Amino acid sequence: MNDDIAIRAEGLVKRYRETTALAGVDLEVPTGTVLGVLGPNGAGKTTAVRILATLLQADAGHATVCGHDVRRDPVGVRSVIGLTGQYASVDEDLTGAENLTLIGRLLDLPKAAARARAAELLDRFELTGAGGRAIKTYSGGMRRRLDLAASLVGRPRVLYLDEPTTGLDPHARNEVWQVVRGLVDEGATALLTTQYLEEADQLADRITVFDHGRVVADGRSDELKRRVGGQTLQVRPTVRSDLDLVERILAELTGASPARDDDAALLTAPVSDPTLLSAMVRRLDEAGITADELALRLPSLDEVFLALTGDAATRPAEPERSLV
Amino acid sequence: MTTLAAPPATRIGAAKALRHGLTLARRGVLKIAKNPEQLADVTIMPILFLVMFVYLFGGAISGDTSSYLQLVVPGIMVMTTIQASVTVGIALNTDVSKGVFDRFRSLPIARSAPLIGAVLADLVRYLVCLVVLLVVATIMGYRVGTSVAAIPVAMALMMAFGLAFCWIAVWVGMLVPNPGTVQGLMAVLIIPVSFGSNIFVPSETMPGWLQAWSDVNPVSLLADTLRGLLNGGPVAGPLLGALAWMAAILAVFFPLAMRAYRKRLA
Repeated sequence: MNDDIAIRAEGLVKRYRETTALAGVDLEVPTGTVLGVLGPNGAGKTTAVRILATLLQADAGHATVCGHDVRRDPVGVRSVIGLTGQYASVDEDLTGAENLTLIGRLLDLPKAAARARAAELLDRFELTGAGGRAIKTYSGGMRRRLDLAASLVGRPRVLYLDEPTTGLDPHARNEVWQVVRGLVDEGATALLTTQYLEEADQLADRITVFDHGRVVADGRSDELKRRVGGQTLQVRPTVRSDLDLVERILAELTGASPARDDDAALLTAPVSDPTLLSAMVRRLDEAGITADELALRLPSLDEVFLALTGDAATRPAEPERSLV
Repeated sequence: MTTLAAPPATRIGAAKALRHGLTLARRGVLKIAKNPEQLADVTIMPILFLVMFVYLFGGAISGDTSSYLQLVVPGIMVMTTIQASVTVGIALNTDVSKGVFDRFRSLPIARSAPLIGAVLADLVRYLVCLVVLLVVATIMGYRVGTSVAAIPVAMALMMAFGLAFCWIAVWVGMLVPNPGTVQGLMAVLIIPVSFGSNIFVPSETMPGWLQAWSDVNPVSLLADTLRGLLNGGPVAGPLLGALAWMAAILAVFFPLAMRAYRKRLA
């Protein structure tokens, strides 16, 4: 097996009676990189993780993790992976330290070594103070950090992060992101599933977009963005009454009619030439108009995602985002 | 063990599986210590039955409460064991539905280790329940009529019975979606088996059909065995019947439970 590919999956298929969870998925995660698997609920992300973690058997296709075949050598796979996520959990009745020590013991560490490893991980995830408390007293963010710590006890070479921040508030999400970034900096290979486009954008080297059990797109985040559409120029005049005038200038410069959002007092137009930004600055200046916002931007992953899946109905609600 | 293994596969030996099972059993015991209220559930119920039956019906059934106490304590020991053995099904179901099992299964341990752990932890539960029951019974005036040495033998028999009976709970626990359903379904089984027996009243007073069932009911046979052991009287006859039942329960429900376990985790 090729050493520089940590996770390789070919043609994974999984069916449940009526529904097809995976309809032939290929994945390849080079060692030391993070693959973000992005998709709405029910896209097959968790099914793929469960197959790659040997918790589930695929109906067809095959996969290897660090050279171990998930079907023929599940124990070999389990000895190199760590799993964190919505489904793999820790015992709520036990304390953080007890949970981590238990896992260490199950990984055949001697008692003292298991305790030491638990203390080390609690310290690293800033849970030392909470290490003696039962998990059920933890906040959501602490709970996820402990979940992550639990998956790291055995120093796994490959880490599965299955929707690690679903249900967390933005602050707790940031905490988890920082932890994941730290792991990646140390050279971990990770497969991250998420419904949050921003999360994939922030953490992943490459992004694979799942929809209805298929891979609908694959690439770096900027590649995906570029594939869907070019850049746009956004202008938000300070004074609302300038909107008409700015709209005319923008239309003149870009040769397209800008999208106008009256509520946000925002004008957006597609541009092919990035130098138009400075032209726009000059024109606004000449007209004596000041702008609160003037930016050249790639489409958001939200827009990319919408364009790729073409199916707004299956997307999770993301109230914090407003589509331009 | 449960894998469709081809040559290059990494295997886990029996010794290692047992060690992992013991580690997980320790977790189960730790949980019992942390949630004494869960244990209280299975401990207090039989004591309530003991107190209620002895003081309420004891005189009517046996003439006086102290001779009824001698009749009913061995029976309630059996009832306690049965009730305590339901917990393993609930515990396993909870672990599966909460995702704790997935964590275990993502580790390089034997597939059977979590099951071994849960069942071994149950032994501690039986022991605690039975000791508490015997202490309360002694305070109420129950006396072992044979010798003190009979107590550990009786305990061991109850543990063996619990280890056989718990596979029904494991089976149900792996079939139903949530822990509450395990409890509900097991109650449907346990109530007729416990009450349709001679543990509270001698079966001679029952109508013929019930008496016929009560006489072959494993709960009656075990209660009679314990009565023989602790109070004095025949042991071999009822013990043979009880052992036959235990073997039969094991033969039927162990494979069913294992199949359901594998299927649930597939």
